[in-house]
Amino acid sequence: MSGINATIAVILYIVLAPVVGGLISGVDRKISARMQGRYGPPILQPFYDVFKLMAKQNIVVNKHQKFYVLCFLVFIIITGAIFFAGGDLLLAIFALTLGSVFLIIAAYSTYSPYAYIGAEREMLQIMAYEPMVILTVVGMYMVTKSFSVFDIAMFDQPLIYSLPGIFLGFVFILTIKFRKSPFDISMSHHAHQEIVRGVVTEFSGKELAMVEVAHWYENVFLLGIVCLFFASNPVIAIVLAALTYFLEIFIDNNNSRLKWQSALGSAWIVALVLGVGNIAFLALR
Amino acid sequence: MSYLPKSPWLIHYDASSCNGCDIEVLACLTPLYDVERFGVLNIGNPKHADIFVITGSVNEQNKPVIQNLYNQMAEPKVVVAIGACATSGGIFRECYNVQGGIDKVIPVDVYVPGCAARPESIIDGVVKALGVLEEKHKNMTKVAK
Ligand code: SF4
Repeated sequence: MSGINATIAVILYIVLAPVVGGLISGVDRKISARMQGRYGPPILQPFYDVFKLMAKQNIVVNKHQKFYVLCFLVFIIITGAIFFAGGDLLLAIFALTLGSVFLIIAAYSTYSPYAYIGAEREMLQIMAYEPMVILTVVGMYMVTKSFSVFDIAMFDQPLIYSLPGIFLGFVFILTIKFRKSPFDISMSHHAHQEIVRGVVTEFSGKELAMVEVAHWYENVFLLGIVCLFFASNPVIAIVLAALTYFLEIFIDNNNSRLKWQSALGSAWIVALVLGVGNIAFLALR
Repeated sequence: MSYLPKSPWLIHYDASSCNGCDIEVLACLTPLYDVERFGVLNIGNPKHADIFVITGSVNEQNKPVIQNLYNQMAEPKVVVAIGACATSGGIFRECYNVQGGIDKVIPVDVYVPGCAARPESIIDGVVKALGVLEEKHKNMTKVAK
């Protein structure tokens, strides 16, 4: 992508992604409530929550924690910026992992036993989804012979035709990335809590708001990857990304939380069967 | 106006109650009453909560727990005492180990009567608490200025 277009894309992403991400999360809560037979909060509720958190007192356990949470937010934004500027997909994925690592360090820096358990579970989650994420990138490279998001998006045929297994595997680990049941083992968005509040137990006020906003950025980036599978037709891509998100909400409301052993095991089996299987098929073709 | 009244997160603590009031607090979250339509979440973490909802009376064992939870909450915060036990000690008042209502250990902002308190009156109490929350936020920013 040319320099000026890439700059516009990055600026649009930085400004619009939190708006879109917040709205998606609001619609998510509304649909979840309707699935449970409740009326549900207003669509703008996630924004109310974040604005409220900004007004609250900020209790800091360890002064470094603020810096780490800020790094988490910044690296998640960088991830999306690389992606939407049409940059290197592999680099975007590594920036995402680095961001997640900062969240874990932030949790560890608070010395709270609850945050420790949350941080450990967050690491297990990273172990669970990372192989499949890498396989997704490898699969896209094998088809398009490029790591550049721009080239992948401009590929003449939808990637889903050559990567159906990888797509299903990626949708599977999206449940982990979106922090949805049955894989919300380190932190959950619902009224049911896992060991207080997992990784975010010790964050309050502005820091918690930052974690929430980072999550919105991250969700927009992940849905962007889903769109990449159908990139030759933008309308179909957006419709299918919306359907994928709806499927995640559906799974979320119909499953109870698994133990971490099953989460890790199932994610790896899926990566091995669907991910490696699909890549082997591509290589032998 | 702040966004505090639009997104009140609660933490619910059961001091020594008979569990009657707790069932009613949880009933507020069910589809029939669904307090989440007002943005209320039962958050279970004192550091994230704005409203401290307590049922039951204070005894020697839970006194430090109540104080600890209260101290961990971020300002502005309000306390809602639910049921006869939390407001005054209720039927446990005469017990040798019971000190009385919640206001014996921490400042209480809203008292919700009843044994057990009905979900409607609990929601009413939480709505009253939102007014207090807004007031406290105003005072907080005044002090900051
Ligand atoms: S007020 Fe009544 S119902 Fe509520 S905890 Fe006390 S005894 Fe139980």
